[in-house]
Parts: sequence; structure tokens; C-alpha cells
Amino acid sequence: MAKPMEEYKWHELNVGCVIEEVGSSREYKTGGWRSLRPVWDESKCIKCGVCWLFCPDAAIYQKEDGYFTANLNYCKGCGICAHECWPMAIKMVEDEK
Amino acid sequence: MKRGIEVSIAASEAAKLARVEAIAAYPITPQTHIVEHLSELVANGELDAVYVTVESEHSALSACIGASAAGARTFTSTSAQGLELMHEILFIASGLRLPIVMAVANRALSSPLSIWNDHSDVMATRDAGWIQLFCENGQEVVDTIIMAFKIAEDRRVLLPVMVNLDGFQLSHVVEPIEFPSQEEVDAFLPEYKPLYTLHPDRPVTMGAYATPELYTEAKYAQEQAIINSLPVIKEVLSEYSRMFGRRYRIIEIYNAEKSDTVFVAMGSINENIMTAIDGMKKNKNSCGLVKVRLFRPFPHSELAEILKGKKNIIVVDRAMPGGGMNGPVFNEISSLCNRYNIKAKLFNYIVGLGGRDVLPEDFVSIYDEVKSSKVVRPLKGKKEATTQNYKVIGVRE
Repeated sequence: MAKPMEEYKWHELNVGCVIEEVGSSREYKTGGWRSLRPVWDESKCIKCGVCWLFCPDAAIYQKEDGYFTANLNYCKGCGICAHECWPMAIKMVEDEK
Repeated sequence: MKRGIEVSIAASEAAKLARVEAIAAYPITPQTHIVEHLSELVANGELDAVYVTVESEHSALSACIGASAAGARTFTSTSAQGLELMHEILFIASGLRLPIVMAVANRALSSPLSIWNDHSDVMATRDAGWIQLFCENGQEVVDTIIMAFKIAEDRRVLLPVMVNLDGFQLSHVVEPIEFPSQEEVDAFLPEYKPLYTLHPDRPVTMGAYATPELYTEAKYAQEQAIINSLPVIKEVLSEYSRMFGRRYRIIEIYNAEKSDTVFVAMGSINENIMTAIDGMKKNKNSCGLVKVRLFRPFPHSELAEILKGKKNIIVVDRAMPGGGMNGPVFNEISSLCNRYNIKAKLFNYIVGLGGRDVLPEDFVSIYDEVKSSKVVRPLKGKKEATTQNYKVIGVRE
């Protein structure tokens, strides 16, 4: 969006609220919803990618060394990754800002 | 030249004349003949359209939304339970501002199950953001369907339109109807040029979510669109009247100018009210009729112009208020009387539920009752009925 959502007046919206820019949901940082964040214990991680596969927000990515981590701009802290991680390498910890 | 034709068949012929490109519908009595005939037209190659058969009305309107979003001129039709199964999708069609046209063969809602006519189906979708037009006879159905596309697709409107025709009373009768030629309709109704379309080469997002920061603005914009559709609707009706020689206005009046007592009603029942009025004239009683052809957006100032100075306004509703004080049409009339300071006495009669016959004599009795002022509050004296501000005609007590 060209400007923050709270600055749009009603007549500035497109007819039917059509969004003409593609992929604009990237600009909405859902990380602000989070109260817990996932932390990987790389000594237990076997790089299977189950966390990456199950993340409903596609917020988890693989680092160059093959281990996984979450993009905290989008991770909502739902904990599905920690729940699915069968070697139990992910812990959800209080998100201190 | 007029042709004797069943109104349902005529409605589908009107959609054909409008050159609809996509149809998705699910058959339901009394709408069935409309969609059956359209499927025949498509199957026989007489109408070049995509006909999507679906498993429910929810899917029918969803498919229509997809087709309309892809830029096709889209038509569907339903009745009663089918319209209510579409309910959540109705709001999406109007919110996305897709100019779908739907013929609704009005029928009572279950339970108890009824296939016969009243307005409880459309009134339950009253506030869905669709433009709602009501027809009195078969000719109006044909003309209104053609006009509906022009209204819906106007860049100043871009909203879906419901064309209401009374189930059986209109849908299943054979009437003499004059059809415009294809050339005339083409001259009136240009090809649909959508503002936005779903196309892989030019991607856009339709139906995204709005956070609390945006939802109010989005709904306000949509409301402005339906309010501002009123002058366009008038313009289209006038243009049609000029081109085809049949006069259409958002409100029609019958003997209303010279009468201080008027009925306000919608749909095919108006013909019975006119018959009643003609009968009353013989007894030197003067009564008028105000026919509301456009219910959404509600033409309040135009009605106020007609209703000001009247002594008695009798509002005919064809749906139960579900615990409210009055029927839906009455509520609108009552609001406008308040806003425009019209001091008439207001009466609300609920008639013809689930196909119950309403004869011209019934309207004469209503008129007599109103004139004698015997009934101002219908159930005066009965403590338990104090919120009931209407009278139901023909109920056995």
C-alpha cells in the first residue's frame, strides 16, 4: 500500500477494494501478534524441514548452513512448528521485546 | 408484436437478448422454468454462454462471482430457500461490486414448507447491498431484466441487481409480451467492459481482508455506491422508456394524486389493488396506489413528494416482521414520514403469505376499515399484542 491503512479515506479505496499491487500482504507484518517465539536447538535439529513444511504463514526459512529459523516479521508464534518437530528441537519461549 | 408466453420463459429470453455470457444456477420451484429454458438455449447453441451446473445455490452464486470477476456478463436466478442458501455470497457479490443480475421468483420461506408466493425471501436479503427492483407483470419482467444489466454495469454503479417477480402469480402465467429486437437491445445495452478482471497477465487481488482500520471506510464506500446508483437507475429507466416506448419510473402511481388515502405496495399484487380502486370509484370512493418498483436503494425523497399531504397511508407488506413492530416496507415508509414531516396516519397490513389469495375485495375492506377509523391499532385492547402494529389479512382467529 502506498500509505498506512489508517490514513486511507473511503473515496481513496479502489472499487470493491481491489488491490492492484501483487503480493501486498508482505507489507502487513503479522509478527506483532506474537507472544511466544520459536527457538531452535541446533544440536537436536536434523534439518528435516518439518517445521518449514507445517508453518501456516510460510515464516520459516532455511539458512545457508541448512538449519531453520523464523522470520520474526511474520511469525505469529502459533507454535505449530514446535508441536510438529519430532526430534523436539524447537521450544517456544516468551517473546521479550 | 406481442407474443403469448410464460413469464419464466420470457425472463430467460430477456437474459438471452442481453447476451449473457455466463450462467450458474440451481433449479428450485418456482424459478425452475427460467433456468431450464436458459440451459436449453445454451445447449441448442441459440445462446453463446457458459452454463455451469452446480450442486447448490451457494455454489451457483459463487460461480457467478468468479465469472463476473473474470469479466463475463453474468446471470442467475433463484427462489426462497435457494436465495437464503446464497445469503453469505450475496454480501460478497455486492462488496466486490460485481454487476451480476439475478431474477428472484419470490416464494415463501420454510418452515412450514411452502412453494407459493410472498416476499419473505427477498426481505431477508433486504440489506445485502443489492439493488432491488420489483415487477408487476410479465412485460415488466422482460424490460427490467434488460435494464438491470445496464444499471448494474454502469461505471457509476457496479453493483449486483435483483429483479423480483412473484412466484407463480407471475412466473407461471402466460401473458402477452412484446419483445424488443436483438438490434434494439444491442443499441441500448453495450458490451460489458469491466473495471477490473481476474486475468493471469494482469493480476489483482479481489476479496482481500480489511482490518478494523479499513473496514468502515470500505463499507462506507459501498454504501455511497448504492445511494449514488439512484440517479443512474432513473436515467436508465428514462432511456429505456424513450427507446422502447414503455414508460418506466422507480415509483408508479395510480389515482394517487387526487386521493387522500393511498395504498403503498410492491409486485404483482398491485394489479388487484388497482382493480379494487376501480371498483371503489363506482361508489364515489377515491383511493390511490403508490407502486414501489425500486426498493433498494429506497427512493425516499421521491416517495415523500407523492405522499406529502395524504391523510391515510396503507402499507401492504408480504412478509412477517419476525418480532419487529411492522413489516419491512412499512418501516421504510414510517422512516420517511418522520424525516419529511408527513403527518398522515399510517396503517400496516400483512397480506398474501405463502400464496394465500388476496382479492380486490380484501383491499376494499381494508379501505373501509381505515376510513371508518375503527382500527388504528389492530389489536387494541388485547394486552398481549401491544407490539403488533400491523394487521394480518385473512387470518382465522
